[in-house]
Amino acid sequence: MRDALGVGVAVGLSGFAFGVTSAGSGLSLAQTCALSLLVFTGASQFALVGALGAGGNPAAAVAGALFLGVRNAFYGLRLSHLLRLPGPVRPFAAHWIIDETSAVAMAQPDRDSARLGFTVTGATLFVLWNLTTFLGALGAAALGDPSAWGLDAAGPAAFLALLGSMLRGRRETMVAVLAAVLALACLPLLPAGVPVLVAALAAPIVLALTRRPEAHR
Amino acid sequence: MTVWIAIAVTAVGCYAIKLLGLSVPAGLLERPLVRRLAPLVPVAMLAALTAIQTFGSGQTLVVDARAAGLAAAAVALLLRAPFLVVVGAAVVVTAAVRALTG
Repeated sequence: MRDALGVGVAVGLSGFAFGVTSAGSGLSLAQTCALSLLVFTGASQFALVGALGAGGNPAAAVAGALFLGVRNAFYGLRLSHLLRLPGPVRPFAAHWIIDETSAVAMAQPDRDSARLGFTVTGATLFVLWNLTTFLGALGAAALGDPSAWGLDAAGPAAFLALLGSMLRGRRETMVAVLAAVLALACLPLLPAGVPVLVAALAAPIVLALTRRPEAHR
Repeated sequence: MTVWIAIAVTAVGCYAIKLLGLSVPAGLLERPLVRRLAPLVPVAMLAALTAIQTFGSGQTLVVDARAAGLAAAAVALLLRAPFLVVVGAAVVVTAAVRALTG
């Protein structure tokens, strides 16, 4: 429960950073708020406004954002097993499947607290993310550059903290290290969004490498 | 107008992706390979996102104030600090390093 609120508040801060960044990329207040309400997956939103602001091809900008969103399908795969949501709830819950809600839900010891964690994190985040996006876009002119306030470090720090709660054994640590190396190695070579997908290959690679010793036993 | 179309396609696409994962038949999840793989994929993606958002600047790799901020976050994490403190440490240290190095 405290996890859920903490995550919600911290990500609200990155919502503010998103609002400022989006306004700085030349999107209107309505466009910025529409993204947070309807897309509601931070990395994809940042990728989209970043690419549009840099004058990139809109189709490529959308493709990058969608690529980044693909990981939510994997979270959903895991969450459907973990939460066992009834059919009618599923289309609503789907909108809230993002890094933070998934991480909080997966960190819980049982199904009831996983459901509670998912719901509280989802609701807190949705409200805060949209509110702070709005405030960020409004305040963009007054604030100037969000990076001067260190707000661009809030996103990765939140990801790191979520990751920390998932590193339970040697296999997880190996996956994390390999994924980070793969992502950084691919960053200069592949279009935005693709390196994260390549890095996802770290999971099957480590699984394949660590299974062999068990097979010999 | 183009921007609105891009927003609409992204919104529909991202929602469809989320719903797809949630709606895959349970039988697929019972397979041992999927069961072992599913918890590891988010670990890989969070690690990749952390690395890219710390060291990435467009398509180039840079070590700047964010790296110092993330190092502070990592220390806070090792000391078992609460989530907000971890993120707060990263923001404050990043801003301080930027202010000091101009």
